[in-house]
Amino acid sequence: MLSSKIFVEKLQGNGFDFFTGVPCSLLSGLIAELEADRKAGYIPSVREDAGVGLCAGAYMGGKQPVLLMQNSGFGYSLNAFTSLNLIYKIPVLVIMSWRGCGGKDAPEHIIMGDINEQLLETSGMEYAVLDENNADQVLATALKKIKNDKVPYTLLVKKGLFDERH
Amino acid sequence: MKGIDAFKELAPLLKNEPTVLANGYISREFFNVTDRKENFYMIGSMGLASSIGLGVALAQPERKTLILDGDGNVLMAMGTLAMIAACAPKNLMHIVIDNEVYESTGSQRTLSHEIKLEEVAKSVGYKQGMRVTRPQDIRPAYQKLYQAEGPVFLLIKVEPAFDASQGRVTHTPEEIRDRFMESIAG
Repeated sequence: MLSSKIFVEKLQGNGFDFFTGVPCSLLSGLIAELEADRKAGYIPSVREDAGVGLCAGAYMGGKQPVLLMQNSGFGYSLNAFTSLNLIYKIPVLVIMSWRGCGGKDAPEHIIMGDINEQLLETSGMEYAVLDENNADQVLATALKKIKNDKVPYTLLVKKGLFDERH
Repeated sequence: MKGIDAFKELAPLLKNEPTVLANGYISREFFNVTDRKENFYMIGSMGLASSIGLGVALAQPERKTLILDGDGNVLMAMGTLAMIAACAPKNLMHIVIDNEVYESTGSQRTLSHEIKLEEVAKSVGYKQGMRVTRPQDIRPAYQKLYQAEGPVFLLIKVEPAFDASQGRVTHTPEEIRDRFMESIAG
């Protein structure tokens, strides 16, 4: 297990200073940490695409944003990524929970869980699967993508990686 | 009043405020009236002008920030009105050019003939929500809202009258981003 508190500290230590999202139980510990941290200033987004827009504006205003979402929200935000971030070159770190991974989940998550990686690849969204041991490494890669290539970078989070608080 | 008349009234009132413009004819028409580096022409991602504008306003709390939106965009992202009201950025002005149709796709009707969007904005928590229907009312309304604490909302009712022979935004998306970011940083 990866400590939500430590991971939030790593994000902030890497310069991420703007946080928004639409919740997932798999990310509940992370969001609780962000909500408890006044300087994180976590903003609840009503939809994932609105979160994409919010982060795009914050980035252009000088922030280094993070967007948390369940992979179901990837469907809702696909057009935002393809017709905003990827063509204007507006980066954002996306922390995406991988519901339906391995086909074991509630029915509504199975198809997206199955195609999650393919959909990211097909749409030109670079990603890594976050695990207990690679946080520093994937954050270094994410920063390189964000600062040099100015593209979104996604960290997929499987069930059980973070402590859940619900 | 045509949209172009509203833009001609609005354009001279703008100074160096970052301005996020909705996709479709709003970006195209305003581009042809006044192209400025503070204009972020959102050519895709319909519905997101408001959330992009909110992000800019939160990141730059000392700078007055404008959203130049359309009725179709607002209706597509009504939840974002709640986000704006909840975040309550004092520096944010939300201006909606309401022609009651999706004009760039063939003027199919939206719902804004029946739904008063400035009332929605007020009821969700914007500090002010105003509506104007005549070009001569735009300047005083804008000046009043500019002085007010945000978020504020101004609906400008126009007739669908876009001149389709007007060109598209000629800057590339990356140029639009670079100019916009430079105008904010500089």
